[in-house]
Amino acid sequence: MAILEIRNVTRRFASLKAVDDVSLSIEAGEFFTLLGPSGCGKTTLLRLIAGFDEPDDGALFLDGAPLAGIPPEKRPVHTVFQSYALFPHLSVAHNIAFPLRMAGQNDEQIRQLLKETLELVHLADKAQHFPHELSGGQKQRVALARGLINKPRLLLLDEPLGALDAKLREQMEGELIALQREVGITFVFVTHSQQEALALSHRIAVMNCGRIEQVDCPEQIYGFPKNRFVADFIGTINLLPVEVREASHGRLRLAVDGLGEIIAAPAAGLKTGERGSFALRPEQVRVAAAGGHHEIPELHNHFHGRVRDFLYLGDVTVYKLELDNGVLIEALLANSAPGRAKFFEIGDTVSVGWRCDAGVYLRD
Amino acid sequence: MTKRGLRGDLTRWLVSLPPTVFLLVFFLAPTLIMVTASFQNPGEFGGLAPLFAEGQARLTLETYRFFFGDWIYAEIFLRSFLVAGATTLICLIFAYPLALTIAASPKRHRDLLVLLVILPFASNFLIRVYAWIILLGPAGLLYTPIAVIAGMVYVHLPFMILPLYTNLEKHDPTLLEAAQDLGAGAWTRFWRVTWPLSLPGIWSGTALVFIPVLGMFAIPELLGGTGDILIGNLIKEQFLESRDWPLGSTLSLLLTLAVLALAALSAWAASPRRQRS
Ligand SMILES: Nc1ncnc2c1ncn2[C@@H]1O[C@H](COP(=O)(O)OP(=O)(O)OP(=O)(O)O)[C@@H](O)[C@H]1O
Ligand SMILES: [Mg+2]
Repeated sequence: MAILEIRNVTRRFASLKAVDDVSLSIEAGEFFTLLGPSGCGKTTLLRLIAGFDEPDDGALFLDGAPLAGIPPEKRPVHTVFQSYALFPHLSVAHNIAFPLRMAGQNDEQIRQLLKETLELVHLADKAQHFPHELSGGQKQRVALARGLINKPRLLLLDEPLGALDAKLREQMEGELIALQREVGITFVFVTHSQQEALALSHRIAVMNCGRIEQVDCPEQIYGFPKNRFVADFIGTINLLPVEVREASHGRLRLAVDGLGEIIAAPAAGLKTGERGSFALRPEQVRVAAAGGHHEIPELHNHFHGRVRDFLYLGDVTVYKLELDNGVLIEALLANSAPGRAKFFEIGDTVSVGWRCDAGVYLRD
Repeated sequence: MTKRGLRGDLTRWLVSLPPTVFLLVFFLAPTLIMVTASFQNPGEFGGLAPLFAEGQARLTLETYRFFFGDWIYAEIFLRSFLVAGATTLICLIFAYPLALTIAASPKRHRDLLVLLVILPFASNFLIRVYAWIILLGPAGLLYTPIAVIAGMVYVHLPFMILPLYTNLEKHDPTLLEAAQDLGAGAWTRFWRVTWPLSLPGIWSGTALVFIPVLGMFAIPELLGGTGDILIGNLIKEQFLESRDWPLGSTLSLLLTLAVLALAALSAWAASPRRQRS
């Protein structure tokens, strides 16, 4: 049974629907991420779960029991705030032990749990320090420890890594995954960084304007976005305007405007003649020198193009290619040969192709 | 030291020079004069007898002997501290909810509410105390200790509200949410988060109320009975009526020392080292 069930929840602020008819079910032990652009309602949804706010419509259930009317202090749900919200007048140890005190545990239990938890987050030597004496990463760990120590049913994390610099964020991502695996507590994690979401989550819910656009595991979200919004929001993607030519017999033929026909992975419920976009990831595009023996005619989807521009990123180089119909697409090539920045020059004519099962057709 | 550091130091010195001089001339010097005066003899017609006469310094411990020789002074001191303590406590009890309310109200209303708190300052202090005579008279409370404390609380309340409000207004509301999220009910949130974080505001408010009340003479004179004399009255009497400046100086000096001792004691009690353990 799902640990948290969100059923048709709506929250309005005046005329704005900050959360709009959201239904989700989160499984026990899951690392679940709410991903979406700023202002899409992630925090609002989290506050509904924590109990700081009540939905206008719909209901939430924790372990099958309705949450309506239960105040935050009575919900076995803890939050890690983006600003950490550590108590400045309490030492690290007292901050972390706070929920245990509130739960009325005795000193012996508190001492034991505190010791374990401090070790879990590598803060044993900082127990007597005060929050203003800690670095950003250490504050982050105190906030995590404080949220975890009392073994809540759910831990809500509202952009907990947002205030950290890139290097530290990467390190904390690793620690978060390990921590979640170790304690086995269900995490509901909020972020607007698709990278963070893909790296950390078991499942991701992509939100936009208060609605859930897609809920899936990271590979599905990245590989098979359900609509333009998800495709655009997660990573980079090439969108080619197309018309459906044939959608039957486990076969999908699409006509790319001004270019020709391509074969794509079949999808259900498509009608011949309807229009949409064909979405293709840059790393799925293969590029070879035109006319050379590396040309890729073995791929059915195969065209000519011209290198317009490229961007050297160290590990990979991104090429901007203009196809014959004038559409620009991006291709990403790994720089596996050391010291080599690029395979092609600007202006080179190249052969461009991709596999028949690469990319997805999206309705407009 | 770097050039910039040197220049910074110089600037700091120049900026802090005028206030330093001011304090030296108008605070330190009078205090020293007061200390000296407390050891001098009273003049024949009031004031002070000359410090030097016939080539010798004329100093005496007479006033101190006088002070410690009569219980009445200790009693007045004690009573003054009790009145000051009670006034401070009542001010705190009244001011805290008010300051909390102002700090919690929408931003656009706050300035107006603060203005209302300090509005009484716009009219003369004595007139406001006289108004209390009219208020308390019919109630039969005039010339009682209650009247004195009521007047003291009324006059000093803003000095408690303002530092408290300034402190409470800066509190991060997410701290309360965090406490609630982690299982703290309304009372616990107050005692574990709001109260400890407001201690600096409470200390400033306490200092701003307690110390002036100790020196206040107008209110006991106007609202209190003959038995409600406080140190302030006593000191004022020495300078204006009995013209015994040495005794007046001694009383002032002892009052200052008592307040300093109290401040040191409370600073020690509130030191972070003690809170940590
Ligand atoms: N208390 C409130 N009153 C009015 N409008 C609100 C309130 N809280 C949120 N909103 C609005 O609801 C929408 C969603 O806000 P929310 O804070 O949930 O976004 P978010 O996804 O967390 O964004 P971010 O990534 O920037 O934190 C926003 O348009 C916001 O202005
Ligand atoms: Mg937010």
